[in-house]
Amino acid sequence: MSFAPFAVAAWLFVIGLYGIVTSRHLIHLVICLSVVQSSTYVLLLAIGYRTGAAAPIFVDTKPGAPAVDPVVQALTLTDVVVGATVSALLLALAVQVHKASGTFDPDELDTLRG
Amino acid sequence: MDSLTPLPLAVSLLGAAGLTALRGVLGRRVFELAAVAVSAAVALLLAALLVASIEAPIVYWFGDWTPVDGVALGISFVIEPLGAALATLAAVLVTASFVFTWRFFDNAEHLFHVLMLVFLAGMVGFALTGDLFTLFVFFELMSVSAFSLAGYKTEEEGSLQGALNFAVTNSIGAFLILAGIGLLYGRTGALNLAQLGEALAGAPPDGLVITSFVFLVTGYLVKAAAVPFHFWLADAYATAPTSVCVLFAGVLSELGLYAVARVYWTVFDGAFAGHLPALRAIVIGLGTLTALVGAAMCFPQRHIKRLLAFATVSHVGLLLIGVGIFTPTALAGTFIYIVTDGLVKASLFFCTGILLHRLASVDELGCDGLGAVMPLTRVLFVLGGLGVAGLYPFGTYLGKSLIEDEAAVLGYPWVTGVFIAASVVTAGAVLRVAARVFWGVGPGDAYDIKSEAEGDEVQPEGSRGGSGSTPASMWAMAALLIAAAFVSGLIPQLAGRVEVAAEHFVDRRAYADLVLAGVPPPEVGLPPAESSFKGALIGLASAVAAGMIAAAGLWHMRLPRTITRGATALLGPPFARLRALHSGHVGDYVAWLTVGVAVLGGLMAVMMG
Repeated sequence: MSFAPFAVAAWLFVIGLYGIVTSRHLIHLVICLSVVQSSTYVLLLAIGYRTGAAAPIFVDTKPGAPAVDPVVQALTLTDVVVGATVSALLLALAVQVHKASGTFDPDELDTLRG
Repeated sequence: MDSLTPLPLAVSLLGAAGLTALRGVLGRRVFELAAVAVSAAVALLLAALLVASIEAPIVYWFGDWTPVDGVALGISFVIEPLGAALATLAAVLVTASFVFTWRFFDNAEHLFHVLMLVFLAGMVGFALTGDLFTLFVFFELMSVSAFSLAGYKTEEEGSLQGALNFAVTNSIGAFLILAGIGLLYGRTGALNLAQLGEALAGAPPDGLVITSFVFLVTGYLVKAAAVPFHFWLADAYATAPTSVCVLFAGVLSELGLYAVARVYWTVFDGAFAGHLPALRAIVIGLGTLTALVGAAMCFPQRHIKRLLAFATVSHVGLLLIGVGIFTPTALAGTFIYIVTDGLVKASLFFCTGILLHRLASVDELGCDGLGAVMPLTRVLFVLGGLGVAGLYPFGTYLGKSLIEDEAAVLGYPWVTGVFIAASVVTAGAVLRVAARVFWGVGPGDAYDIKSEAEGDEVQPEGSRGGSGSTPASMWAMAALLIAAAFVSGLIPQLAGRVEVAAEHFVDRRAYADLVLAGVPPPEVGLPPAESSFKGALIGLASAVAAGMIAAAGLWHMRLPRTITRGATALLGPPFARLRALHSGHVGDYVAWLTVGVAVLGGLMAVMMG
């Protein structure tokens, strides 16, 4: 098992955070949040990966045949559902913000200063 | 009793689904009545579980997937008194909110009740589950419903921005939690809390265990709003509908702290036991910082909801100190403080909701003296301030004194000073608001630092705006909750009973035996009743000092010139800098979050590695 997937996960997390911190557009910001989240998918799948093993679908495989860990795949699937919910909600909020304030730029949203 | 265990969760979720299906069919009143009935039923079920769990903790395996040879593939609920008490508090506050909003949301928003019930389901599951991944799922369930409740007033700029900041920061917290879960699963192959604890026990913590601990704890602390993860809280709490704020300040932040305690004592205690002094120093330090920053930001606010939000941050800091002492007695104090402070805070938010209903404003200066027409609300508001100060017999005094005494025993005598300072300043701010709004005391333009977040722009909730009278359903809820907080300090042997529950809570081995092998936990005798005369005295002194601080806030023009000038020169610049940090900019908040994770991780690595 190489370290490459873990490095990818760490990179996605950090670059996504960088995107959020420097974002000038709320839609861009929400997509950056999805990038951060995709790092957790990579991390989870990397943890459950077994070299040379098949997908964990036990229909026509012999008992005892190597398979990758199905638990992390279930976790990832749950995570994807959560991610879809959060992204949809945030995009809806971003659209509403645009309706109310006329801008997508976080730098121009200053109602809550102090 | 076992078969009752999944019911609170099922009833709230099915209730939400049923109400969604029936929203076009049922009349307005029937719909609201049904929502109240569902949440009240959940509260009663949870209260029954709470009483039963005091006798013996309940372990429930969904689908009867019980563990075999210490390996748990199924998902369990583990019901013990402390978690059950938090879940019950959540259900009681949701019910109170429903009654409070009776005829309040005039534009017949059915989805409000549905979202609140989903939110309740998330909180109930979060407080009862015995599985780390399910804890994450319920965390997300309550977060997502909380985001949408915070942004409920979609026509308001502030409300939307508050919800956006809330959602982005808390989602990053959730991803940190998930990363932590992934790392732990990779190491142990387990997701059940008890099994994880067994797998990690016995070996000193290495880099991976410390990293996963930092990820999990920071994720929960984002929800709890410890400094520097707290920025979103004031934005979200100040702009959400008042009946939602009650839940946020009363129980949501506290659930984050509950998760820290739960995960530490079930999963990490075995590995970290040898490093407890270092961990204690870190968490107490973080709690102290949070308590002081929250108090410093609380006092200058003129937007009453924002003021209460920063008071919540300050109190979260105090609670974090209680968790961070890592002893059963301090944990008992923390839980007493969580529940009583939750009741007090909820009552104060209800009073603020009444102000909004009557005066269509929550700006302290804008409401100057206008509250005089509300004789009952002003009494409740002052009582709330005294409850924050910890005046006997409000249960808050008992929780605080348990934590202070335990801290002193472990070599942190200055914690008492932090508790007094934070309580006095936050209670002083509340009393100042009460004096100005309800009695018109003090000059109207008495601010050195002008607040930019003025309360004027707040739209009245519901469509009626300034209204002529307060419905009984509104003040009754505020009165009921403050009364509950008032008498809680008089319950005989409350401290001892909670301490017994806390002893069980921190016993990792007994927890593992209970969950994985079904062995009932050992008996813990009721500790002898101690009189906390000293705590009551500190509470009285805090209340008096809070009154003086409030007076100083009102009449600081009349203080001798040298004092005011000295105070401005000394405190002005750092205060201004602190306020400037709360920029309302989500990018800044995420940057602070990142810094917080890095600092916490660095400290843990240096002090424990």
